[in-house]
Amino acid sequence: MSEYTAVIGLETHIQLNTRTKAFCSCKADSWNEPPNSSICPVCTGQPGALPSPNAEMIHKAVLLCLAVHAEVNQVSFFDRKNYLYADMPGGYQVTQNDQPIGLGGYLDVEMDNGRMVRVRIDNLHMEEDAGKTRNENGIRLIDFNRSGIPLVEMVTKPDLHSADEAAAYLIRLRRLIRWIGVSEGNMEKAQLRCDANVSVAPAGSGKPGRKCEIKNINSIDAVRKAIVSEIERQTRELEAGHEVEQWTIEWDNDARELRKMRSKENAVDYRFFREPNLMPVVLSQEQIEAWHEELPELPWVRKQRFITDYKLPVYDAGILTTERDLSDYFEETLNFYGGDPKRVSNWMMNEILRLVNESGTSASGLNIRPRDLAEIIQMVDSGTITAAVGKDLIDLVQQSGKAPSRIAAEKNLTVVSDEGIIRGICEKVVSSNPKEAEAFRAGKETLLGWFTGQVMRETKGKADAKLVGKILKSMLTGR
Amino acid sequence: MNSDLIRLSAFEQAELVRSKRISATELLDAALTQTAESEKQIHAFITICEKESINKAREVDRKIAAGEPTGPLAGVPYSAKDMFCTRGIRTTGGSGILRGWIPPYNAAAVERMGSADAVLIGKTNCDEFGMGGTNESTAFMPCPRNPHDPERVAGGSSGGSAAAVAAYEGTVSLGTDTGGSIREPAAFCGVVGLKPTYGRVSRWGTIAFASSMDTVGPITRSVKDAALMMNVLAGFDARDNVTGRVPVPDFLSELKKDITGLRVGISPDFLNLTVLNDDGSPDDHPIDPEITDALMRAADILASAGAEVIWDVPMPNTKYSVPAYFVISRIEAYSNLQRYDGLKYGQRAGTHDGDMYDLFAESREAGFGHEVKLRILTGLFISRKEFYEKYYLRAQRARALIRSDYDRVFDPAGKYRLDLLLTPSTPLPAFRFDRNGTDPRLVRYADQFTAPMNFAGIPGISLPAGRTADGLPIGVQFVGNDYSEAILLRAAGVVEQALASQQEKV
Repeated sequence: MSEYTAVIGLETHIQLNTRTKAFCSCKADSWNEPPNSSICPVCTGQPGALPSPNAEMIHKAVLLCLAVHAEVNQVSFFDRKNYLYADMPGGYQVTQNDQPIGLGGYLDVEMDNGRMVRVRIDNLHMEEDAGKTRNENGIRLIDFNRSGIPLVEMVTKPDLHSADEAAAYLIRLRRLIRWIGVSEGNMEKAQLRCDANVSVAPAGSGKPGRKCEIKNINSIDAVRKAIVSEIERQTRELEAGHEVEQWTIEWDNDARELRKMRSKENAVDYRFFREPNLMPVVLSQEQIEAWHEELPELPWVRKQRFITDYKLPVYDAGILTTERDLSDYFEETLNFYGGDPKRVSNWMMNEILRLVNESGTSASGLNIRPRDLAEIIQMVDSGTITAAVGKDLIDLVQQSGKAPSRIAAEKNLTVVSDEGIIRGICEKVVSSNPKEAEAFRAGKETLLGWFTGQVMRETKGKADAKLVGKILKSMLTGR
Repeated sequence: MNSDLIRLSAFEQAELVRSKRISATELLDAALTQTAESEKQIHAFITICEKESINKAREVDRKIAAGEPTGPLAGVPYSAKDMFCTRGIRTTGGSGILRGWIPPYNAAAVERMGSADAVLIGKTNCDEFGMGGTNESTAFMPCPRNPHDPERVAGGSSGGSAAAVAAYEGTVSLGTDTGGSIREPAAFCGVVGLKPTYGRVSRWGTIAFASSMDTVGPITRSVKDAALMMNVLAGFDARDNVTGRVPVPDFLSELKKDITGLRVGISPDFLNLTVLNDDGSPDDHPIDPEITDALMRAADILASAGAEVIWDVPMPNTKYSVPAYFVISRIEAYSNLQRYDGLKYGQRAGTHDGDMYDLFAESREAGFGHEVKLRILTGLFISRKEFYEKYYLRAQRARALIRSDYDRVFDPAGKYRLDLLLTPSTPLPAFRFDRNGTDPRLVRYADQFTAPMNFAGIPGISLPAGRTADGLPIGVQFVGNDYSEAILLRAAGVVEQALASQQEKV
């Protein structure tokens, strides 16, 4: 068997998280709404309805272009892509064909082994989403809620060579679009969708094979599986001495298999032409520059800065920069705290991430604010509370929204460092456990820890642990 | 009394209503009575909305009684071409596929007429989706007759609107014009028709034919009423992305200015119909001499009113307008008509449980008329990827050339420095339904003098300027630069007045 190489290009559809749809004022996010509740004459293609472009869509599309180093066209056009389908209400999709909003650019993708792959972008263009079709008991049901939601389609050059690289690209892209705030990037909600162009050729043959397009891949896992099976299929064809036919293939997520949609001879002619109802999108250089200024520090840049400036381990920096608001949370806490960044990182990775997971919200949605967390770490550092109480306090602030110092005072959580009180509790513990005390005196000194634990239990963790140790030791040894 | 009322201009009617000398209800009653009578012969309407019109007239009367402010068209009965969406009132676009459709919203022009307190009496017949110049392609037969001779066509596609206004079925009407659909029927029926600058009047809620050329404008019996309607209709609308944020003058007060020094051009390319043979060679074809005479009379009037007439203005690309219009309008039309699939609204045909595409095909087969099907098929054919260069791009180049003709003659620093171009509206007057005695080439190229303005996006107004020996109306057209409707109206007003006083002398 000879060696084969695969060449893969991805076309991703990114739903922008705008308040309203691309060309009308219907609410864009209608995921939880009943079917056909967020619709109007425009997004259902009523006679006489006309599109008016959403400024937020253009803004967010440009932010994405800038984030992937694409050139933003100062003049771009909307075109009609004509085809008939039940959930495409106008009989055409408004898209951008030959002069889109963004050209070129790249996304550097880090693979698991740390190797970087530069994926060049061909173009980015704005378009409207179609409605959704569902088949139920042989009846075709159409929901136009999704019709008209703005998308950016981002098309790569064929710079990917394996299913893993494709998956890594998508993960990277998802992180980016969420990070810069242009999309929720939730693949389960189809806010990020992917078509893959795959071609396989004998290694070193110098010319690419004939490509097949796989449509509608809607999860990272499906991207891996679909590409792997398509590479296998094309390799089998080549091994058998056949030519790969230019097909369009659909990924069937339920059957987890590829299904042929059409051959090249049945390719659709979309008869693109300028959408006469929309003026060109014209952007001044000043506008583009102002938007460039808005672009936040990108995750991979921030990660590097965390490593360099804060001396955080690579692992910590990676985790803290998965989401923008998590990393913002970290830096804000660090600002309030003013101490060792690694110490803040530990609290973030253990406690704040736990809360984020438990509450199902993002770091910015937590009740406990960076100022609160900084205060709690400081209280622990200064010995005002124990680390255990600090952890409890985080939950209490999250539940109540009250300031940590207030809760600590109200619930009497501050460390008991009154020697008299602690001595009394220690006496009680020692006298009610004579066997253990005897064992200690007989040389089983590890029991000191056990005694300390008992005292801490009595004081609900508030006792100054160092003081407890000192008193117990002198008490048990009689010195 | 009633027959006098309905013959008044919209301007006068609104004055009478506002000053309580007549009520809106009274005026409406007169209009509805006339309409019912006249419709027996004219067939201008698809729908008459008596109930809604009575409600609106009562509302206007109540406002006036309560001393509330009323709009500039208070109580004026008007009709709208059935291409305008009207909430709660069926709207067909003249097509069987929209039979029974009741729009959930109003077109911007209908909204504005309503805010001006005009009273909508009904929806007028038109060629199916505006595609035609005779109104014969409507799915709603019988189609409109020409009030000047019922054996002749009213023109199209706004044939119902022009016939209604000419027959006093309502005082004014809303039309649409994609290649001459306001101006040609206005010329045939002897009324005023204004196609504004593309972007001057919102197209929101107007059923699309060819979106890069569709415009909305008034059809009236006088220039003053056209100016009055433009005051109501013109202006930016965020719902129509191509409308311009351009200041809107008071068209009525603009009418009062004189035309001294106005430079009016006449082009030989509009006095001859240059048609292209199959091999592309030009073939000159004379237009009806009575139309040329009417044009010369209008030129004389303008000259004696102080305008400067410039002869021999070359407009060499006019000859490309019909073939280029053929290509661009059909491509845009087939795309605009794809939405009529029988699923969401209008007529659905077929068994419903078969293939989705069968349902589309059966609904479209049953719903569309012959002319529309022909245009869809043509549009689909010439828009094929392999023909893009041959047809669409070439037509776009022709369009740019046509626009360049106008840029050149209107250039204030150029050789001609025209304010206006004076042209015939049509190469022939209204012809017979049976086409007897009519040169078929003139019929085929009836759009030649109107389509270029839709290509260029500039305004044109057709004004009645005399009659043929047979008593048929003749229209002449004033054409100006972008957003120059005020100048067009002013010049048309001068000719209108002079012709009226000449007639009085006779």
